[in-house]
Amino acid sequence: MSLGAAEAAITVAEDHGGGVWREAFKRLSRNPAAIIGAVLIALFLFVAIFADWLAPYTALAPDLKQIKGPGHIPGPTAEHWLGLDDQGRDLLSRIILGARQSLLVGVVSLLFGMIGGIILGLLAGGLGGWFDTGVMRLVDMMLAVPGLLFAIGIAAMLGEGLLAVMIAIGVVNVPVFARLLRGQMLAQREADYAMAAKSLGVKRRRVILGHVFPNSLTPVIVQGTLTLATAIIEAAGLAFLGLSGADPSIPEWGRMLAESQRHLAIAPQLVIAPGLAIVLAALGFTLLGESLREALDPKYRR
Amino acid sequence: MLRFIVRRLLVLVPVLLGLSIALFAWVRALPGSPAQALLGERATQAQIEMINRQMGLDQPLYEQYLRFLGKVVRLDFGTSVQTSQPVIDEMIRRFPATFELGVTALLIAVVVGVPLGYFAARRNGTWLDSATITGSLIGITIPVFFLAYMLKYVFAVKLGWFPNTGRQEARMLDVEHPTGFYVLDGLVTGNMAAFWDAILHLVLPAIALATIPLAIIARITRAAVLDVLNEDYVRTAESKGLTSGVVTRRHVLRNALLPVTTVIGLQFGLLMSGAILTETVFAFPGVGKFVADAIPTRDYPSLQGFILVIATLFVLINLVVDVAYGLIDPRVRVR
Amino acid sequence: MEARKRLSAVAVGGAMLLAVAACGGGGTGTSSTPGATQPPAAGGSDKAFVWALSAEPKALDGAYVSDGESLRVIRQMFEGLVGTKPGSTEVVPALATKWESTDGTNWTFTLKQGVKFHDGTDFNAEAACWNFERWYNFKGAQQNPAVSYYWYTVFGGYAKNEDASLAPSSYKGCKAEGTDKITISLAAPSASFIAALSLPSFSMVSPAAIQKSGDAVEMKGDAPEFTGKFATEAPVGTGPYKFVSWQRGDRVTLQAFDGYHGEKAKIKDLIFRAISDAPARRQALESGEIDGFDQVEPADVDTLKGAGFQVQERSALNVGYIGFNQKMAPLDNPKIRQAIAYAINREALVQAKYPAGSRVATQFMPPELTGYNEGVTTYGYDVNKAKQLIAESGVANPTIELWYPTGVTRPYMPDPKANFEAFKADLEAAGFKVTVKSARWTPEYLDAVDNGKAMVYMIGWNADFADADNFVGTFFQQFNKRFGFENKEIFDKLNAAEQETDAAKRTTLYQEANKLIMDFLPGLPYVHNKSFVGLGKDVQGFLTDPLSNENFSLVSRG
Repeated sequence: MSLGAAEAAITVAEDHGGGVWREAFKRLSRNPAAIIGAVLIALFLFVAIFADWLAPYTALAPDLKQIKGPGHIPGPTAEHWLGLDDQGRDLLSRIILGARQSLLVGVVSLLFGMIGGIILGLLAGGLGGWFDTGVMRLVDMMLAVPGLLFAIGIAAMLGEGLLAVMIAIGVVNVPVFARLLRGQMLAQREADYAMAAKSLGVKRRRVILGHVFPNSLTPVIVQGTLTLATAIIEAAGLAFLGLSGADPSIPEWGRMLAESQRHLAIAPQLVIAPGLAIVLAALGFTLLGESLREALDPKYRR
Repeated sequence: MLRFIVRRLLVLVPVLLGLSIALFAWVRALPGSPAQALLGERATQAQIEMINRQMGLDQPLYEQYLRFLGKVVRLDFGTSVQTSQPVIDEMIRRFPATFELGVTALLIAVVVGVPLGYFAARRNGTWLDSATITGSLIGITIPVFFLAYMLKYVFAVKLGWFPNTGRQEARMLDVEHPTGFYVLDGLVTGNMAAFWDAILHLVLPAIALATIPLAIIARITRAAVLDVLNEDYVRTAESKGLTSGVVTRRHVLRNALLPVTTVIGLQFGLLMSGAILTETVFAFPGVGKFVADAIPTRDYPSLQGFILVIATLFVLINLVVDVAYGLIDPRVRVR
Repeated sequence: MEARKRLSAVAVGGAMLLAVAACGGGGTGTSSTPGATQPPAAGGSDKAFVWALSAEPKALDGAYVSDGESLRVIRQMFEGLVGTKPGSTEVVPALATKWESTDGTNWTFTLKQGVKFHDGTDFNAEAACWNFERWYNFKGAQQNPAVSYYWYTVFGGYAKNEDASLAPSSYKGCKAEGTDKITISLAAPSASFIAALSLPSFSMVSPAAIQKSGDAVEMKGDAPEFTGKFATEAPVGTGPYKFVSWQRGDRVTLQAFDGYHGEKAKIKDLIFRAISDAPARRQALESGEIDGFDQVEPADVDTLKGAGFQVQERSALNVGYIGFNQKMAPLDNPKIRQAIAYAINREALVQAKYPAGSRVATQFMPPELTGYNEGVTTYGYDVNKAKQLIAESGVANPTIELWYPTGVTRPYMPDPKANFEAFKADLEAAGFKVTVKSARWTPEYLDAVDNGKAMVYMIGWNADFADADNFVGTFFQQFNKRFGFENKEIFDKLNAAEQETDAAKRTTLYQEANKLIMDFLPGLPYVHNKSFVGLGKDVQGFLTDPLSNENFSLVSRG
């Protein structure tokens, strides 16, 4: 049999890959949790993308004329639905603008984590042997440090700034993705089609990169959806500990939440609004991610 | 079995060694001079240079590392910049608080989470099931410190049912602490007021800390119970006419709890991260609070020491879980 | 050189205070000692007084610390030869009833009789000299400026300097004459050190207790560790309160000292708790867990007052300013510096973000100090003028890096982020392009500022001593990397002022210096803040102090 024919055979053998996704989407469209999740995400993306048009005010520069003295935080009015923040800016506008920053943090840190994890996982799962052992020990090491502590350590090293925060959250997620991908690839390598390809004389690199790797990505994508949620939450946690972007006039939910804690007694809306925004955005990704995981898991396919 | 344990222990060595190298390198890579951290805005250039000289940072790196390793092995993690006390003493002082808090949180998580997951699975598809799933998802998406602040605001500030901060009422004098675990101390010394006070101080932080593990445990239990319920032997047992109560106790729970146990072991890291935030909100004088305070004060020796110890504990706990799992389920050992 | 400068820095303040002290010191002694009447037992009230610190003390030996929270606890247990009058910066007798010098070099102190340390040993001439000799003979890590900061600042060096950067000590020796007189000799005439001796760092400790518990310090890793037990487990002084216990991470407990030589403490149990979170301190006061804490956030003042708590104002001696580094273009251009000054709306910021009673600063020192000049050039908020100055400066599209610190609040800067946002918006409105720079206060931020790496930055100063030199002298008397300029006129004027011993002439010199400085504009002072102490509803007798020297033994709970 020619190599081309072998490839064709393999493609037929692994065709269930696409089928899984198709079936999963069918299942998802019937799952209320998934629909709510998707709606929340769509809303979040919409607000983030069109923030400039949606926000009633620019709300970046402070407007100290509005503040009569320390401790004076104007509450909701007809012009300002959620009231003003402690710098005299429209809170609703800042929440809307903050969606963009939170999305940015989530996506960029996810990308950092995913790319790093995929490279490590691919090398470990693909090359195997000593390299695999080495990478797995590194992964063990990284997983041994509690996530938040790890992120604190990285952020401390990189100095102030949003990029530092995003890298820190990304790095924390590297071992998660690496381990997931490696495990999946080891399983896929034992799968029938891979064995068949090997016995047919297809080059190892080709089998791994062309077939095993793409087929192993499903759980990575599911994990990615969930990681978007945790990244947004972790960014809030880091902001609470004082690690956030350099420019405080650019609104970011985690930071708004963390920094208005001291006004909780006077103006609880300053705390509750960004807190709810974080919960809703994270909930959207979690609902969709979890539903996706269930839909793709053969165990639930009965 | 012994060989299994030994093999697992051997794997620990490179991990911990690698961690020590990483932490050593980390402190070297940090920006800013420790002298400035000690002196603050009053530091003059001459003072900073003098302190740097005294710290002897001029030897070759590998020698510095070996010295560091030698000290770490003897549990000497240096001196805390925050308190000028040996880091190890700070750990010994603060671990009981965090341990007490963590165990309470885990207890809440298990006591609430396992039955919740179990009944959700048994009533699969009902409102209880959906509520459990939704609730647990919300549970893991609320930032811990946000929840902690809300709990504190409502139950401590507004309603006054629980104390705001700390582990013990500041006005309570003449309380002895033979063990460092305040609840236990109250019992041991027969001081019931102190015992009750310690419990009141634990409630809110423990609830905040418990949410995420609770959500996870409830979901894992639910999934595990569902799996077991679908296993053939349960169906057989039920078809043989065993009453549902017997089936529950004998088969379902026992088999379902196996994965749950493992998950509980894995909660350690999560609890530690949560403790940093929760303890900060409640000014609870444990490890997490100390770590959070170490960031603005640039107390790197403490961070270094705490990370090393926490990571080691984490690895060891996982080992214990693995071994316990191996004891319960012989199949694991073969792998 | 540095150290000598610091010594004379406090000199004139001391000289001025000397007059007051001499009057008070003449015959009356410290306070209304109950004399022959049966002294009441200390600590009449059995209600404890609980105070929340923002951080745990580092050590309870004044010689070893310079941080406010350690010193606050130390003040209650220890006394120096001299002290300050509660609520003021005036130097008054403490363990010494009077002092005199004919030449300014040899100072003779007459000590109070019958004073006992908490361990029952006598405080006398021998013990006093022993203390000075102890400080002077510090070795190894004890010489580290992070440990014996104030000795280093006031007296320069030690008996055997172990580091080349240390100056020769200005302390020469202490001689006991009988049991109630000591003579301290200095290398050069100076009145300054009388004022300096009022610092809690120069408190008298019990020699017997030090010998028993040890006072070793070791430099371990990044920080000094107090391995001797005196500073951590058994501090012994002569103050109204004595040490009971220090539960690490939780509380320090003190108890009224029955054998106190002065007016005994009104409250028996004094407890310090460390609560590092500012909102948590406020809530602890609201729930009644504590009776007081310092640095109430301006935003909370009205809330606390409204709920019936006491909030006491403290006229703190401080200044918050924006520093300009002239080594970096375009800050070398005076028009640009002036444009920044006109661009920033200081009034709006102080009005909105600082508590009532805080003042917009026109110069680098607070009005309470002599040498303050009402007639300096002021730069009122005027955006158009700023724009015009930028145009005149010849700098097209000026870009400035604006630095602000994170992880910190200072008495002159209760919310650095808020100040930063206001400054940034103001500067942008005037046509500056602003690059945001932020860093942790310690060490990165101060590192950048002190090494001349920050272009425009927010910082300030809290007084160590109530003296002009402690402000403008510290900043502008010589080349300072922070500001990056050489201006002989200003340097000379401040040197002359520092060395002038005639009070009136000195005041004039400082006024002239302030005028020169504000014309030259090396930075923009913007606020003299007030700070606040929050107290429980039943607390009585608490007296705020401009240098935070609050004396808790005067406090009672009604």
